[in-house]
Amino acid sequence: MATEVHAAEGATGYIIHHLTPLTVGEGFWALNLDTLFFSAVLGGLFVWFFKMAADKATAGVPGLVQNFAEMLIEFVDNQVKDSFHGKNELIAPLALTIFCWVFLWNFMDLFPVDILPLVGSLMGIEYLRVVPSTDLNATFAMSISVFCLIIFYSIKIKGPWGFAKELMFQPFGPWLLPFNLLLKLVEEIAKPISLALRLFGNLYAGELIFILIALLPWYIQPVLSFPWAIFHILIITLQAFIFMVLTIVYLGMAHEDH
Amino acid sequence: MSINATLIGQMITFALLVWFTMKYIWPPLFDSLEERKKKIADGLAAAEKGQEQMHLAEKKATGVLKQAKEQSSEIVNLAQKRATEIVEASKDTAKKEGDRLILVAKAQIEQEKQQAKEGLRKEVAALALRAAEQILSAEIDKTKHQDILSKISNQLG
Repeated sequence: MATEVHAAEGATGYIIHHLTPLTVGEGFWALNLDTLFFSAVLGGLFVWFFKMAADKATAGVPGLVQNFAEMLIEFVDNQVKDSFHGKNELIAPLALTIFCWVFLWNFMDLFPVDILPLVGSLMGIEYLRVVPSTDLNATFAMSISVFCLIIFYSIKIKGPWGFAKELMFQPFGPWLLPFNLLLKLVEEIAKPISLALRLFGNLYAGELIFILIALLPWYIQPVLSFPWAIFHILIITLQAFIFMVLTIVYLGMAHEDH
Repeated sequence: MSINATLIGQMITFALLVWFTMKYIWPPLFDSLEERKKKIADGLAAAEKGQEQMHLAEKKATGVLKQAKEQSSEIVNLAQKRATEIVEASKDTAKKEGDRLILVAKAQIEQEKQQAKEGLRKEVAALALRAAEQILSAEIDKTKHQDILSKISNQLG
Protein backbone atom coordinates (compact mmCIF):
# COMPACT_ATOMS: atom_id res chain seq x y z
CA MET A 1 0.00 0.00 0.00
CA ALA A 2 1.02 3.55 -0.71
CA THR A 3 1.51 4.68 2.87
CA GLU A 4 3.82 1.78 3.48
CA VAL A 5 5.82 2.61 0.40
CA HIS A 6 6.39 6.13 1.64
CA ALA A 7 6.80 5.08 5.23
CA ALA A 8 10.12 3.68 4.17
CA GLU A 9 11.19 7.16 3.07
CA GLY A 10 10.48 8.59 6.52
CA ALA A 11 8.77 11.84 7.46
CA THR A 12 9.53 13.65 4.20
CA GLY A 13 7.99 10.87 2.21
CA TYR A 14 4.87 10.95 4.39
CA ILE A 15 4.46 14.69 3.89
CA ILE A 16 5.08 14.59 0.17
CA HIS A 17 2.66 11.74 -0.19
CA HIS A 18 -0.07 13.69 1.59
CA LEU A 19 0.45 16.73 -0.57
CA THR A 20 0.58 14.94 -3.92
CA PRO A 21 -2.64 15.13 -5.89
CA LEU A 22 -4.26 12.26 -7.72
CA THR A 23 -3.45 13.11 -11.31
CA VAL A 24 -4.26 11.75 -14.71
CA GLY A 25 -2.64 12.94 -17.91
CA GLU A 26 0.62 14.66 -18.60
CA GLY A 27 1.87 18.25 -18.67
CA PHE A 28 -0.66 21.04 -18.81
CA TRP A 29 -3.51 18.77 -19.74
CA ALA A 30 -3.16 16.76 -16.58
CA LEU A 31 -6.21 16.78 -14.31
CA ASN A 32 -6.16 16.72 -10.53
CA LEU A 33 -9.00 14.29 -10.05
CA ASP A 34 -9.16 14.69 -6.27
CA THR A 35 -9.51 18.48 -6.49
CA LEU A 36 -12.15 18.22 -9.18
CA PHE A 37 -14.03 15.50 -7.34
CA PHE A 38 -14.06 17.02 -3.88
CA SER A 39 -14.82 20.55 -5.03
CA ALA A 40 -17.66 19.25 -7.19
CA VAL A 41 -19.06 17.18 -4.32
CA LEU A 42 -18.80 20.13 -1.94
CA GLY A 43 -20.35 22.45 -4.52
CA GLY A 44 -23.14 19.92 -4.93
CA LEU A 45 -23.60 19.84 -1.16
CA PHE A 46 -23.86 23.62 -1.04
CA VAL A 47 -26.31 23.78 -3.93
CA TRP A 48 -28.38 20.89 -2.55
CA PHE A 49 -28.68 22.43 0.88
CA PHE A 50 -29.62 25.86 -0.36
CA LYS A 51 -31.97 24.52 -3.00
CA MET A 52 -33.75 22.59 -0.28
CA ALA A 53 -34.09 25.79 1.72
CA ALA A 54 -35.16 27.77 -1.34
CA ASP A 55 -37.83 25.25 -2.30
CA LYS A 56 -39.38 25.39 1.13
CA ALA A 57 -38.85 29.13 1.54
CA THR A 58 -41.77 30.84 3.16
CA ALA A 59 -42.33 34.30 4.52
CA GLY A 60 -43.94 32.72 7.57
CA VAL A 61 -42.09 31.02 10.38
CA PRO A 62 -38.91 29.53 8.84
CA GLY A 63 -37.73 26.01 9.52
CA LEU A 64 -34.26 25.10 10.72
CA VAL A 65 -32.78 24.73 7.23
CA GLN A 66 -34.34 27.93 5.96
CA ASN A 67 -33.26 29.77 9.07
CA PHE A 68 -29.65 28.81 8.55
CA ALA A 69 -29.77 29.60 4.83
CA GLU A 70 -31.38 32.95 5.53
CA MET A 71 -28.78 33.76 8.13
CA LEU A 72 -26.07 33.29 5.50
CA ILE A 73 -28.07 35.16 2.86
CA GLU A 74 -28.58 38.09 5.18
CA PHE A 75 -24.94 38.07 6.21
CA VAL A 76 -23.75 38.09 2.59
CA ASP A 77 -26.34 40.67 1.65
CA ASN A 78 -25.13 42.99 4.40
CA GLN A 79 -21.55 42.63 3.20
CA VAL A 80 -22.60 43.43 -0.35
CA LYS A 81 -24.63 46.43 0.76
CA ASP A 82 -21.71 47.71 2.82
CA SER A 83 -19.11 47.69 0.07
CA PHE A 84 -20.99 47.61 -3.22
CA HIS A 85 -23.16 50.54 -4.19
CA GLY A 86 -24.10 49.77 -7.77
CA LYS A 87 -27.00 47.65 -8.91
CA ASN A 88 -26.04 44.17 -9.98
CA GLU A 89 -27.98 40.94 -9.78
CA LEU A 90 -24.83 38.85 -9.92
CA ILE A 91 -22.73 40.16 -7.05
CA ALA A 92 -24.70 38.83 -4.09
CA PRO A 93 -25.20 35.26 -5.40
CA LEU A 94 -21.56 35.26 -6.51
CA ALA A 95 -20.45 36.31 -3.04
CA LEU A 96 -22.65 33.66 -1.41
CA THR A 97 -21.28 30.96 -3.68
CA ILE A 98 -17.69 31.99 -3.03
CA PHE A 99 -18.17 32.14 0.72
CA CYS A 100 -19.90 28.78 1.03
CA TRP A 101 -17.78 26.96 -1.49
CA VAL A 102 -14.48 28.19 -0.12
CA PHE A 103 -15.65 27.48 3.41
CA LEU A 104 -16.52 23.91 2.48
CA TRP A 105 -13.18 23.47 0.71
CA ASN A 106 -11.37 24.69 3.77
CA PHE A 107 -13.55 22.59 6.03
CA MET A 108 -12.07 19.45 4.49
CA ASP A 109 -8.92 20.50 6.33
CA LEU A 110 -10.56 19.59 9.65
CA PHE A 111 -10.91 15.92 8.75
CA PRO A 112 -8.08 13.91 10.27
CA VAL A 113 -5.30 13.95 7.67
CA ASP A 114 -5.08 10.19 7.28
CA ILE A 115 -8.74 9.17 7.22
CA LEU A 116 -9.77 9.93 3.65
CA PRO A 117 -6.41 8.88 2.10
CA LEU A 118 -6.75 5.63 4.04
CA VAL A 119 -10.24 5.05 2.65
CA GLY A 120 -8.83 5.92 -0.78
CA SER A 121 -5.95 3.49 -0.44
CA LEU A 122 -8.37 0.76 0.53
CA MET A 123 -10.17 1.44 -2.75
CA GLY A 124 -6.87 1.34 -4.60
CA ILE A 125 -6.34 5.07 -4.95
CA GLU A 126 -2.70 5.82 -4.35
CA TYR A 127 -2.72 9.58 -3.83
CA LEU A 128 -5.52 11.65 -2.37
CA ARG A 129 -5.36 15.31 -1.42
CA VAL A 130 -8.75 16.10 0.05
CA VAL A 131 -8.58 19.88 0.60
CA PRO A 132 -9.28 21.61 -2.73
CA SER A 133 -7.95 24.94 -1.48
CA THR A 134 -4.48 23.41 -1.08
CA ASP A 135 -4.50 23.10 -4.87
CA LEU A 136 -3.39 26.24 -6.68
CA ASN A 137 -5.63 25.26 -9.60
CA ALA A 138 -8.73 25.59 -7.45
CA THR A 139 -7.85 28.94 -5.90
CA PHE A 140 -6.61 30.37 -9.19
CA ALA A 141 -9.68 29.12 -11.03
CA MET A 142 -11.82 31.12 -8.68
CA SER A 143 -9.67 34.24 -8.60
CA ILE A 144 -9.25 34.28 -12.39
CA SER A 145 -13.00 33.97 -12.79
CA VAL A 146 -13.38 36.95 -10.47
CA PHE A 147 -10.68 38.79 -12.43
CA CYS A 148 -12.58 38.19 -15.67
CA LEU A 149 -15.70 39.62 -14.04
CA ILE A 150 -13.72 42.66 -12.89
CA ILE A 151 -12.48 43.34 -16.42
CA PHE A 152 -15.92 42.62 -17.88
CA TYR A 153 -17.73 45.02 -15.58
CA SER A 154 -15.00 47.67 -15.83
CA ILE A 155 -15.48 47.75 -19.59
CA LYS A 156 -19.25 47.43 -19.38
CA ILE A 157 -19.75 50.25 -16.88
CA LYS A 158 -16.99 52.66 -17.93
CA GLY A 159 -16.91 51.78 -21.62
CA PRO A 160 -13.77 50.55 -23.35
CA TRP A 161 -12.41 54.08 -23.69
CA GLY A 162 -13.30 54.99 -20.12
CA PHE A 163 -11.51 51.93 -18.80
CA ALA A 164 -8.48 52.61 -21.02
CA LYS A 165 -8.42 56.22 -19.83
CA GLU A 166 -8.47 55.05 -16.23
CA LEU A 167 -5.56 52.73 -16.93
CA MET A 168 -3.53 55.40 -18.67
CA PHE A 169 -4.28 58.70 -16.95
CA GLN A 170 -4.62 57.76 -13.31
CA PRO A 171 -3.36 58.40 -10.76
CA PHE A 172 -0.75 60.90 -12.02
CA GLY A 173 -2.32 62.51 -15.10
CA PRO A 174 -1.52 62.19 -18.82
CA TRP A 175 2.14 63.31 -18.58
CA LEU A 176 3.15 60.15 -16.78
CA LEU A 177 1.19 57.80 -19.03
CA PRO A 178 3.61 54.82 -19.17
CA PHE A 179 4.14 54.96 -15.46
CA ASN A 180 0.37 55.11 -14.85
CA LEU A 181 -0.21 52.19 -17.15
CA LEU A 182 2.43 50.08 -15.46
CA LEU A 183 1.10 50.92 -12.01
CA LYS A 184 -2.49 50.15 -12.98
CA LEU A 185 -1.61 46.89 -14.69
CA VAL A 186 0.31 45.71 -11.67
CA GLU A 187 -2.58 46.76 -9.46
CA GLU A 188 -5.11 44.87 -11.55
CA ILE A 189 -3.03 41.72 -11.96
CA ALA A 190 -2.14 41.71 -8.30
CA LYS A 191 -5.82 41.26 -7.47
CA PRO A 192 -6.33 37.67 -8.69
CA ILE A 193 -2.84 36.62 -7.69
CA SER A 194 -3.19 37.88 -4.13
CA LEU A 195 -6.67 36.39 -3.84
CA ALA A 196 -5.53 32.96 -4.97
CA LEU A 197 -2.21 32.88 -3.14
CA ARG A 198 -3.65 34.11 0.16
CA LEU A 199 -6.21 31.33 0.29
CA PHE A 200 -3.79 28.70 -1.00
CA GLY A 201 -0.99 29.73 1.36
CA ASN A 202 -3.13 29.73 4.46
CA LEU A 203 -4.71 26.39 3.81
CA TYR A 204 -1.55 24.73 2.53
CA ALA A 205 0.33 25.81 5.62
CA GLY A 206 -2.52 24.74 7.85
CA GLU A 207 -2.67 21.33 6.25
CA LEU A 208 1.10 20.99 6.49
CA ILE A 209 0.98 21.63 10.21
CA PHE A 210 -1.74 19.01 10.63
CA ILE A 211 0.49 16.56 8.77
CA LEU A 212 3.47 17.45 10.93
CA ILE A 213 1.40 16.95 14.07
CA ALA A 214 0.32 13.58 12.69
CA LEU A 215 3.97 12.58 12.53
CA LEU A 216 4.41 13.02 16.29
CA PRO A 217 3.85 10.19 18.81
CA TRP A 218 0.16 9.53 19.38
CA TYR A 219 0.12 10.80 23.00
CA ILE A 220 1.34 14.26 21.95
CA GLN A 221 -0.91 14.61 18.92
CA PRO A 222 -4.18 15.57 20.71
CA VAL A 223 -2.45 18.28 22.75
CA LEU A 224 -1.32 20.00 19.56
CA SER A 225 -3.94 19.10 16.99
CA PHE A 226 -6.88 20.01 19.21
CA PRO A 227 -5.91 23.68 19.71
CA TRP A 228 -4.74 23.91 16.12
CA ALA A 229 -8.08 22.57 14.89
CA ILE A 230 -9.95 25.06 17.07
CA PHE A 231 -7.78 27.83 15.72
CA HIS A 232 -8.34 26.50 12.23
CA ILE A 233 -12.11 26.87 12.55
CA LEU A 234 -11.40 30.59 12.74
CA ILE A 235 -8.92 30.50 9.86
CA ILE A 236 -11.13 28.63 7.41
CA THR A 237 -14.06 30.95 8.05
CA LEU A 238 -11.87 34.00 7.90
CA GLN A 239 -10.26 32.97 4.61
CA ALA A 240 -13.65 32.30 3.04
CA PHE A 241 -14.85 35.64 4.34
CA ILE A 242 -11.80 37.52 3.04
CA PHE A 243 -12.13 35.99 -0.41
CA MET A 244 -15.77 36.99 -0.52
CA VAL A 245 -15.32 40.53 0.78
CA LEU A 246 -12.39 41.26 -1.53
CA THR A 247 -14.39 39.99 -4.49
CA ILE A 248 -17.21 42.35 -3.57
CA VAL A 249 -14.80 45.25 -3.08
CA TYR A 250 -13.00 44.63 -6.37
CA LEU A 251 -16.27 44.40 -8.29
CA GLY A 252 -17.47 47.51 -6.50
CA MET A 253 -14.36 49.34 -7.70
CA ALA A 254 -15.03 48.09 -11.22
CA HIS A 255 -18.49 49.68 -11.00
CA GLU A 256 -17.26 53.07 -9.85
CA ASP A 257 -17.05 55.57 -12.65
CA HIS A 258 -14.53 58.32 -12.11
CA MET B 1 2.18 21.99 -7.47
CA SER B 2 1.80 23.02 -11.05
CA ILE B 3 -1.01 24.75 -12.85
CA ASN B 4 -2.77 22.39 -15.22
CA ALA B 5 -6.12 21.76 -16.88
CA THR B 6 -7.74 21.34 -13.45
CA LEU B 7 -7.90 25.13 -13.54
CA ILE B 8 -10.29 25.03 -16.47
CA GLY B 9 -12.42 22.34 -14.88
CA GLN B 10 -12.63 24.32 -11.69
CA MET B 11 -13.59 27.48 -13.56
CA ILE B 12 -16.42 25.66 -15.30
CA THR B 13 -17.65 24.22 -12.00
CA PHE B 14 -17.47 27.65 -10.42
CA ALA B 15 -19.40 29.25 -13.26
CA LEU B 16 -22.09 26.57 -13.01
CA LEU B 17 -22.39 27.02 -9.25
CA VAL B 18 -22.66 30.79 -9.54
CA TRP B 19 -25.25 30.50 -12.29
CA PHE B 20 -27.31 28.03 -10.27
CA THR B 21 -27.13 30.15 -7.15
CA MET B 22 -28.12 33.25 -9.05
CA LYS B 23 -30.99 31.55 -10.82
CA TYR B 24 -32.52 29.18 -8.28
CA ILE B 25 -31.18 29.89 -4.83
CA TRP B 26 -30.75 33.56 -4.19
CA PRO B 27 -34.08 34.94 -5.49
CA PRO B 28 -36.54 32.73 -3.55
CA LEU B 29 -34.63 32.97 -0.28
CA PHE B 30 -34.06 36.68 -0.59
CA ASP B 31 -37.67 37.30 -1.55
CA SER B 32 -38.95 35.33 1.40
CA LEU B 33 -36.68 37.39 3.63
CA GLU B 34 -37.96 40.65 2.18
CA GLU B 35 -41.53 39.48 2.40
CA ARG B 36 -41.12 38.53 6.02
CA LYS B 37 -39.54 41.89 6.73
CA LYS B 38 -42.54 43.58 5.17
CA LYS B 39 -44.93 41.34 7.07
CA ILE B 40 -43.29 42.17 10.36
CA ALA B 41 -43.29 45.87 9.57
CA ASP B 42 -46.98 45.68 8.65
CA GLY B 43 -47.72 43.76 11.81
CA LEU B 44 -45.96 46.34 13.94
CA ALA B 45 -47.80 49.16 12.20
CA ALA B 46 -51.11 47.37 12.72
CA ALA B 47 -50.30 46.83 16.38
CA GLU B 48 -49.51 50.51 16.80
CA LYS B 49 -52.72 51.46 15.05
CA GLY B 50 -54.68 49.07 17.24
CA GLN B 51 -53.18 50.61 20.34
CA GLU B 52 -54.05 54.07 19.14
CA GLN B 53 -57.59 52.97 18.46
CA MET B 54 -57.78 51.42 21.88
CA HIS B 55 -56.69 54.72 23.42
CA LEU B 56 -59.35 56.54 21.45
CA ALA B 57 -62.00 54.04 22.52
CA GLU B 58 -60.89 54.36 26.12
CA LYS B 59 -61.20 58.12 25.92
CA LYS B 60 -64.61 57.80 24.34
CA ALA B 61 -65.71 55.32 26.98
CA THR B 62 -64.67 57.66 29.78
CA GLY B 63 -66.58 60.45 28.10
CA VAL B 64 -69.69 58.34 27.79
CA LEU B 65 -69.37 57.18 31.38
CA LYS B 66 -69.04 60.74 32.61
CA GLN B 67 -72.05 61.79 30.63
CA ALA B 68 -74.06 58.88 31.96
CA LYS B 69 -73.09 59.79 35.52
CA GLU B 70 -74.14 63.36 34.96
CA GLN B 71 -77.39 62.26 33.46
CA SER B 72 -78.14 59.86 36.27
CA SER B 73 -77.42 62.45 38.95
CA GLU B 74 -79.66 64.85 37.11
CA ILE B 75 -82.39 62.24 37.02
CA VAL B 76 -81.95 61.56 40.73
CA ASN B 77 -82.15 65.27 41.49
CA LEU B 78 -85.26 65.61 39.42
CA ALA B 79 -86.86 62.63 41.12
CA GLN B 80 -86.03 64.01 44.52
CA LYS B 81 -87.50 67.34 43.63
CA ARG B 82 -90.59 65.69 42.28
CA ALA B 83 -90.91 63.57 45.41
CA THR B 84 -90.77 66.57 47.68
CA GLU B 85 -93.28 68.27 45.47
CA ILE B 86 -95.59 65.29 45.72
CA VAL B 87 -95.14 65.15 49.47
CA GLU B 88 -95.89 68.84 49.77
CA ALA B 89 -98.91 68.52 47.57
CA SER B 90 -100.27 65.55 49.50
CA LYS B 91 -99.69 67.43 52.75
CA ASP B 92 -101.71 70.28 51.37
CA THR B 93 -104.55 68.08 50.22
CA ALA B 94 -104.52 66.22 53.53
CA LYS B 95 -104.76 69.47 55.41
CA LYS B 96 -107.58 70.69 53.23
CA GLU B 97 -109.39 67.41 53.60
CA GLY B 98 -108.96 67.53 57.33
CA ASP B 99 -110.32 71.09 57.47
CA ARG B 100 -113.25 70.05 55.36
CA LEU B 101 -113.94 67.04 57.58
CA ILE B 102 -113.79 69.25 60.63
CA LEU B 103 -116.22 71.68 59.04
CA VAL B 104 -118.61 68.88 58.13
CA ALA B 105 -118.39 67.46 61.62
CA LYS B 106 -119.00 70.85 63.11
CA ALA B 107 -122.06 71.34 60.93
CA GLN B 108 -123.34 67.93 61.89
CA ILE B 109 -122.79 68.65 65.53
CA GLU B 110 -124.63 71.95 65.15
CA GLN B 111 -127.49 70.19 63.41
CA GLU B 112 -127.71 67.52 66.05
CA LYS B 113 -127.59 70.19 68.70
CA GLN B 114 -130.49 71.97 67.06
CA GLN B 115 -132.43 68.74 66.83
CA ALA B 116 -131.74 67.99 70.44
CA LYS B 117 -132.78 71.46 71.40
CA GLU B 118 -136.00 71.06 69.43
CA GLY B 119 -136.66 67.70 71.05
CA LEU B 120 -136.01 69.07 74.51
CA ARG B 121 -138.18 72.07 73.87
CA LYS B 122 -141.04 69.85 72.74
CA GLU B 123 -140.65 67.64 75.77
CA VAL B 124 -140.54 70.62 78.11
CA ALA B 125 -143.64 71.98 76.45
CA ALA B 126 -145.39 68.66 76.82
CA LEU B 127 -144.26 68.40 80.43
CA ALA B 128 -145.40 71.93 81.13
CA LEU B 129 -148.65 71.21 79.41
CA ARG B 130 -149.16 68.06 81.35
CA ALA B 131 -148.35 69.83 84.58
CA ALA B 132 -150.63 72.66 83.72
CA GLU B 133 -153.19 70.12 82.68
CA GLN B 134 -153.00 68.35 85.99
CA ILE B 135 -153.16 71.62 87.89
CA LEU B 136 -155.98 72.91 85.85
CA SER B 137 -157.88 69.67 85.40
CA ALA B 138 -159.47 70.19 88.69
CA GLU B 139 -160.47 73.75 88.09
CA ILE B 140 -160.67 74.27 84.41
CA ASP B 141 -163.07 72.75 82.09
CA LYS B 142 -161.19 71.35 79.22
CA THR B 143 -163.74 72.25 76.72
CA LYS B 144 -164.20 75.82 78.04
CA HIS B 145 -160.62 76.74 77.82
CA GLN B 146 -159.76 74.88 74.67
CA ASP B 147 -158.79 78.04 72.88
CA ILE B 148 -156.34 79.17 75.51
CA LEU B 149 -154.76 75.73 75.73
CA SER B 150 -154.16 75.34 72.06
CA LYS B 151 -152.77 78.89 71.95
CA ILE B 152 -150.23 78.08 74.66
CA SER B 153 -149.43 74.78 73.03
CA ASN B 154 -148.74 76.57 69.82
CA GLN B 155 -146.56 79.08 71.53
CA LEU B 156 -144.52 76.36 73.18
CA GLY B 157 -144.27 74.17 70.06
